[in-house]
Amino acid sequence: MDFDDGKLTALLGPSGCGKSTMLNMLSGILPVTEGHIWFDEDDVTNMPPQDRGVGLVFQNYALYPHMTVLENIAFPLEIKKVPKAERIEKAKEMARLVHVDQLLDRKPGALSGGQQQRVAIARALIKEPRLLLLDEPLSNLDARLRLEMREEIRRIQLRTGVTTIFVTHDQEEAMSICDKIVLMKDGVLQQEDGPQELYDDPANLFVANFLGNPPINNVEGFIRDGAFVTKDEAVTIRYRNFPKELPEGREVILGIRAEAAIISRDETHDFTSVIKTRSTIGKEELAQLNLGEQEIRVYLSNEYEDEPGQAANFHLRRKGVFLFDKETGERL
Amino acid sequence: MADLAKKEKPARSKAEAQGNYIFNRKWEPVLYMLPFALGLLVFTIYPIVRVVIMAFQEKYRLSGRYDGFGLYNFQYVLGNDDFRNAISNTFIYVFTVVPIATILAILIANLLNQKIRGMAIFQTAYFLPMVTSSIAVGLSWRYIFNSQIGVMNWLLSLFGIEAVDWLGASGGVAPWNIVAVIIFGVWNMLPFTIILLLSGLQNIDPMYYTAAKVDGAGSRKIFFRITVPLLAPTIFLTMIINMISAFKVYNEIIPFWSGRPGAINNLYTMVYFIKEQFYSKDRLGFASAAAIILFLIIFTFTMLQRYVQRKFRY
Repeated sequence: MDFDDGKLTALLGPSGCGKSTMLNMLSGILPVTEGHIWFDEDDVTNMPPQDRGVGLVFQNYALYPHMTVLENIAFPLEIKKVPKAERIEKAKEMARLVHVDQLLDRKPGALSGGQQQRVAIARALIKEPRLLLLDEPLSNLDARLRLEMREEIRRIQLRTGVTTIFVTHDQEEAMSICDKIVLMKDGVLQQEDGPQELYDDPANLFVANFLGNPPINNVEGFIRDGAFVTKDEAVTIRYRNFPKELPEGREVILGIRAEAAIISRDETHDFTSVIKTRSTIGKEELAQLNLGEQEIRVYLSNEYEDEPGQAANFHLRRKGVFLFDKETGERL
Repeated sequence: MADLAKKEKPARSKAEAQGNYIFNRKWEPVLYMLPFALGLLVFTIYPIVRVVIMAFQEKYRLSGRYDGFGLYNFQYVLGNDDFRNAISNTFIYVFTVVPIATILAILIANLLNQKIRGMAIFQTAYFLPMVTSSIAVGLSWRYIFNSQIGVMNWLLSLFGIEAVDWLGASGGVAPWNIVAVIIFGVWNMLPFTIILLLSGLQNIDPMYYTAAKVDGAGSRKIFFRITVPLLAPTIFLTMIINMISAFKVYNEIIPFWSGRPGAINNLYTMVYFIKEQFYSKDRLGFASAAAIILFLIIFTFTMLQRYVQRKFRY
């Protein structure tokens, strides 16, 4: 896989999928068992961490508790034996970049989680790394700070233009700030692309399920006469955007994003269903429908005013409807 | 049966039962503590009180008679040559043994904290002094320090160094006596210090080492800038405990000269002086005064260390 120069890439996947292992191999903490790592033209596979020019931000920040913020940020330069005046100057500049220049004399114990995070980023950036690695940087923050810090990470990344890899298991985090997402599962690359491309064009069922909130609806069924039929044969969906050549009789899963089904204004429709319940979350309204015996959830438009229990016609939009092979999970 | 029991023991009122319950809650724990509390009272608290009183009672005799209260005991003790000798020896001992043992223990603990094959053997070897009687081991050291047949002089001879009269005296001076005691003292102090420091080392989150390594820190840099500062609270703890025990140096003196303080009575320590005044000379007042002076010295240094230690809390 490739990580693009000067871009923010998310390494996304569920816990235990190997994303942290990958990060540690990139940084040189863990030895590479198979394959090679190149930074630009340099093969760094067997290079020790300090020669790779990577900056690493740990999940728990790993700030040295006995050093002040300034000493923490300057420490990588201290190791490089940069003269004291110069490294303090540089550390102050970094502190300004990440907005902790008011806290230089404090020890990490006296900082909030978000502030510690900023210091950790400054420390990783001070040696001007070729690659900045962030290991679940937001997982120790509360929800509000998480939003703030992810914008900060994006701002700092754009400002410095450093190639950044960001490990996370939170798809929303990855989707919101990254140029590119590398989605992994069980140590195997699933798909790599821009966030929107991944969302609109998932390679397999896992990718489709992993991205998006509310999660995509999975409806089990099979192919008959080029149309999708639910498992219990209760509903048949003919959809103009299905691939032309569908394998007859194949067991499939139909993925429908919650925003992909809309109520039809007229008699033309892709399927008909009864709206069972409606629930409002914030400004959005979700409805539960049945497709045969299987339940799906879709967004309702604001104009829909009927009480639950009414049947309605639904259109499927051009985007957000996919067919997957049930056995392999591959997209058809 | 049940009926009978009921008759004999009429149901008590709720308040009464509760009163009994509160009584039990209050006095039961006291009963549990009593054996230990009595021991503490008789063997620790009472002697302390007694020592304080005796220190101010002039010419106290075992018969219980004394000639009023005053500071004579302190005057005598502070003017006594053996006691001055004891103070200076004790201070030399404390301020050599504690730093040397601390530094050695940090280095050894750091080695033991690494993953090396056969580590269990090393760990056992280093903890050996802790489970052996220091008097018994002291007798072995007496042979090690023997000027004619001792291992120490043989080792030194390998480096071309002349035989040292570790435990003897010549021409009225015995300069090596205290060195022998210091070496033995360091050896004795190591295991306990190593155990504490090792546990301190194991409490350091390995991510700090990883972070420093990624930044290119070498093992020396990591040791001095990460390990030692993070270990500082434990180091201070061991130093306080070791200093207190070193001020009470006594066991390290006894085996080398069959109970005498040095080859020519040159190695008095404070506890040796107290013991001699108390048991050999029956001067209970002098012994008590000396004990209180020792207490004040230890107390002062402990307070000082606690004050310094506060700066190393994160």
